Amino acid sequence: MGAVRLSTDFKIAIVGSGPAGLSAAAHAATRGVSHVLLERTDHINDTIYKYQKRKLVMATPVELPAQQGLELEFKEESREEVIDSWTKTAADTKANIRYRAEVNAITGEQGNFQLALVGGEAITAEYVVLAIGVQGNLNQLTIPGATIAHSSGHPMVQYQLDDPDAYEGERIAVIGVGDAGIENALALATKNEIYLINTGDEFPRAKPANRALIMAAIEKEADQSGSINHVKNVKTEEVHDGMLVLRGTDGAVVNVACDRVIARIGAQPPSRFLERCNIKVSGLPPVSETYESTQIPGLYIIGALGGYPLIKNCLNQGFEVVECILGNPVPPADEPLIQKKLTPDIVRTLDPSKNALTGAELIEQIKARAPMFSTLQPVQIREFLIHAGLHYLQPGAVVFERGDATNSLYTVLAGEVGIQINPQNPGDLVRLGPGHFFGEMGLISGRKRTATVVATEPVLLFEVERNTILKLERSEPAVKKTIEDAAVIRQIKTFLMPHVEDELLREVVATSQIISKERNEVLIQEGADDNAVYLIRKGSVTVSKRVGGKEVVLNYVAAGNYVGEMALLTHQPRVATVTAASTTEAIAIDSAVFRKLLDRDPELRRRVEDEYEKRISDREIMQRNAEAGDLITFLVREGMGEGTDVLLIDESLCVRCDNCEKACAETHHGVSRLNREAGPTFAMVHVPTSCRHCEDPHCMTDCPPDAIHRAANGEVFINDQCIGCGNCKNNCPYGVIQMAAMPEEKPSLLSWLFFGAGPGPGEDKSEYGMKHRKGSAHAVKCDMCKGLAGPACVRACPTGAAIRVNPAQFIEVMRNAR
Amino acid sequence: MSMSDTAALAATRGRLSRHVSFLAYDNFRYLKLALAAVAGSIVLYVAVPPYGERYGGGWAGYTLGTVGALLILWLTWFGYKKRTYDPERKYLQPHGSGAPDSAHQAEDPSRLARRLSAHVYLGLALVVIATLHTGFHFGWNVHTLAYALMCLVIASGVYGVVAYVRYPRQMTENRQNMTMAQLQAQVVAIDAELRRRVMPMDDAMATIIRGSLDNTPIGGSMWRQVTGHYPDCGTVQAIARLQAMPDAGPGAIDDTWRLLRTKLDEKAALVFRLRRDVRFKALMDIWLYVHVPLTFALLAALMAHIVSVFYL
Repeated sequence: MGAVRLSTDFKIAIVGSGPAGLSAAAHAATRGVSHVLLERTDHINDTIYKYQKRKLVMATPVELPAQQGLELEFKEESREEVIDSWTKTAADTKANIRYRAEVNAITGEQGNFQLALVGGEAITAEYVVLAIGVQGNLNQLTIPGATIAHSSGHPMVQYQLDDPDAYEGERIAVIGVGDAGIENALALATKNEIYLINTGDEFPRAKPANRALIMAAIEKEADQSGSINHVKNVKTEEVHDGMLVLRGTDGAVVNVACDRVIARIGAQPPSRFLERCNIKVSGLPPVSETYESTQIPGLYIIGALGGYPLIKNCLNQGFEVVECILGNPVPPADEPLIQKKLTPDIVRTLDPSKNALTGAELIEQIKARAPMFSTLQPVQIREFLIHAGLHYLQPGAVVFERGDATNSLYTVLAGEVGIQINPQNPGDLVRLGPGHFFGEMGLISGRKRTATVVATEPVLLFEVERNTILKLERSEPAVKKTIEDAAVIRQIKTFLMPHVEDELLREVVATSQIISKERNEVLIQEGADDNAVYLIRKGSVTVSKRVGGKEVVLNYVAAGNYVGEMALLTHQPRVATVTAASTTEAIAIDSAVFRKLLDRDPELRRRVEDEYEKRISDREIMQRNAEAGDLITFLVREGMGEGTDVLLIDESLCVRCDNCEKACAETHHGVSRLNREAGPTFAMVHVPTSCRHCEDPHCMTDCPPDAIHRAANGEVFINDQCIGCGNCKNNCPYGVIQMAAMPEEKPSLLSWLFFGAGPGPGEDKSEYGMKHRKGSAHAVKCDMCKGLAGPACVRACPTGAAIRVNPAQFIEVMRNAR
Repeated sequence: MSMSDTAALAATRGRLSRHVSFLAYDNFRYLKLALAAVAGSIVLYVAVPPYGERYGGGWAGYTLGTVGALLILWLTWFGYKKRTYDPERKYLQPHGSGAPDSAHQAEDPSRLARRLSAHVYLGLALVVIATLHTGFHFGWNVHTLAYALMCLVIASGVYGVVAYVRYPRQMTENRQNMTMAQLQAQVVAIDAELRRRVMPMDDAMATIIRGSLDNTPIGGSMWRQVTGHYPDCGTVQAIARLQAMPDAGPGAIDDTWRLLRTKLDEKAALVFRLRRDVRFKALMDIWLYVHVPLTFALLAALMAHIVSVFYL
């Protein structure tokens, strides 16, 4: 203490040999800088090392390039290949790695850091690169018996699973229902009997894909392979040899006989270690653009601990931080992608004094100009910036048109746009200036644009994709609130009354609330006494009434309309039940306030009364026509309520020739995305297994490479960034996505017709055809024949049995026709 | 309203229309066309005076003959067109995001239904056109052979239309909102139960049940498919033999007997429905085995007819 050292052991000390740390060490070695990489274990890359054997390590985001000269190569491959390749690179570059060197604390300052190792040794360095990630210490069981051994020698409890295939015919209890626990349970279940121990009864922390898989596995019959016993609502009490003792929330003791316990109960955040390094954190440790800690100069934090969990980012950062320490900071790897977006017009608009902007400056500008993003860390903005759009538009240019199926969110960074709120009168504009955003209605409902938006003066727009915003909404409540507040006002304006006094509108907003209902949940109960009016802003509902002991559907109401006005107008109890037909959100408007609106706005009153008349007469017709109501019930039950474009087959016309399937295969590289026969039928209407292009597509929710998009015409498609992970397939409740490799090229149709060459039209499902396919399996689904002259299935139907319809319109037409 | 709006509206209207049968396509457009062609042919036949006996010669005869021959070729071409799904572009770009063509959007989506509608009505019109072309002269020659083949092809086609109108609805009703796979799964489940139940039983009973388990075919030869007649069906036999068994008296055996009988009845009903399904499908397919080969025979005979008339 006190003595100032004249020289340090190393210039750079790197802590942690994950992708970030290893990359830094390899680059320091290449650049000939004195360095040491301190690794706690006896191998590199402990986190990936502990992945299940043969697990595929994913390389996302696809667009992100590697830094020029980056030592560690990385592409999507198996855990083993990644570790082998990096071990070799580390050896080739002669990176100086010290294994079994666990750092206990870091003290000192730039130029003279002291790293105290466990065991008492200390290492000094001018700079420290902290790349320890967040997977450091796995949580361990603290119950009695957690350390005892099984009678056959192995410890009863383990905290990792290297190779699921190494276990066979065992009874294994897996504790923990996060992704790790679920993945372990699923991998082990094929050859072992699994008890999945859950303190609750659901899987809230798991990715949706894993959740779907585990629920499917639990539902399987117990004697089928791959089935898992779900032990719910229990806490662990004690471990014995061959036994795990649990206690239920009801107090009952549950004994699970097992040969092995695998506990996957999370990891300890390294907060105590950071405290010992004098880094104060709540959330992510704050760092500068060059990843230097803002609290301790000379100490750099990269990788997952700095907020970048993706391997590609980690590798680049290791490289960048070494260059930065050497005094020649390189721009981040995504900088060229960002620069491509920065046209001279955009730079001039953002900062007239400059000819060019760096990515970091652009982010500052976005934070300053778009209040929605002002609370985000630059890191978070940078992450989605490469996918986002910057548009500079001249007055009169159309941003999007009413009826477009796009659903990204736009923010005005400079200039002004006008929203055409009245389709009949394009001059009727609501103007939005800098800092305002628009497009949130499509974002919430997933429906087509409700209004055309044009630039009214030169305008700079920042466009962010729907998926990005949905992810942000989940992680940043502030973003969600900003969007929600604005959305309610606009929805009330758009769907009910375009020109309402602000004071009145404020009263409406203050007293209204958002109600969310899952499919089949009841929004309004027949006979109830409440009388709020509900403005449906997402999803759709059915209106039904009990007639002679049977629920008869009277109406189907889609987003953008209101329900529940009858009770209000007639001062009677509810006359019908309103049930969500898909995941639905409604704005509940207080009845007193709604009455006040009607009194103040004669135009609104007239519209509401007209609609009331129409609905009353519709109901008369529908009550006498049970068949149409039954068909609506069927279609809604089959999830039609959330589709935008559904293939329906009239079975009284369908001759089962399967030409639709053949046409689909022939126009889509030999794989049919449609299964005609599968799927339910009701009253001659058959719903084949084919994508219905949901308003809020389930498949998009968890796509690691973000490969699923919605095109302007509404079709949901998968682009060539698909990595074949199968999440979308598992998330689709309608089973319309399959994992398939493409068949080989076939001889021409005439060769088949005249000489019988090749398998003929349609997907070659013969044994030979299934075996001889090209490349790896990727997710394939209906893309509505994007770019062709209409859907091939419909065009190829010889009898007119197949049609593609918008369900809401179809139901409307059907109601009117009967 | 801009052009693209009009196109979009037309497309919406087209897609809003409910299912329309190929027979009623576009308000019977091709029926009307065929009737016009028939009327025109009759007028031609009656109005243009022959210079001898009425037969295929003379300009009216040649016109009818040429129209008929071209129609035959065009009708045959249907088989090729049915299997070409997009003539301009065989495959979609794998994951292209090219802007869709709005002109394409407005095109009638049911391309093949339109073609089939025309195929049926113009094919029927051919009967009249070709008959008038013959001038009602028939004999044991290649000319009449071509005519006879044509009539057979058309007759099989008429059967096809009838089958296409008749069986789809019956097929659906037969399935009672279930898929073939679901029906089969039920049969498999019953079989599994029968197998379990039969294990502790005596040989006589086991043999009866095994007959049902081992020999209950669905489908098979074309004859079976079309007739739905399976004389050696193990399940039917098992039920008959169970029925014929002497009364075992009250008690456990009686219960087992009743249970097996119920299960076999259930299975027989399911198998009956599956066979009916197969039968309907076969009835919708079988005529093509006549229609298509005879078409090629017709083409050959037609060629012989034309060559012999003009060059021999």
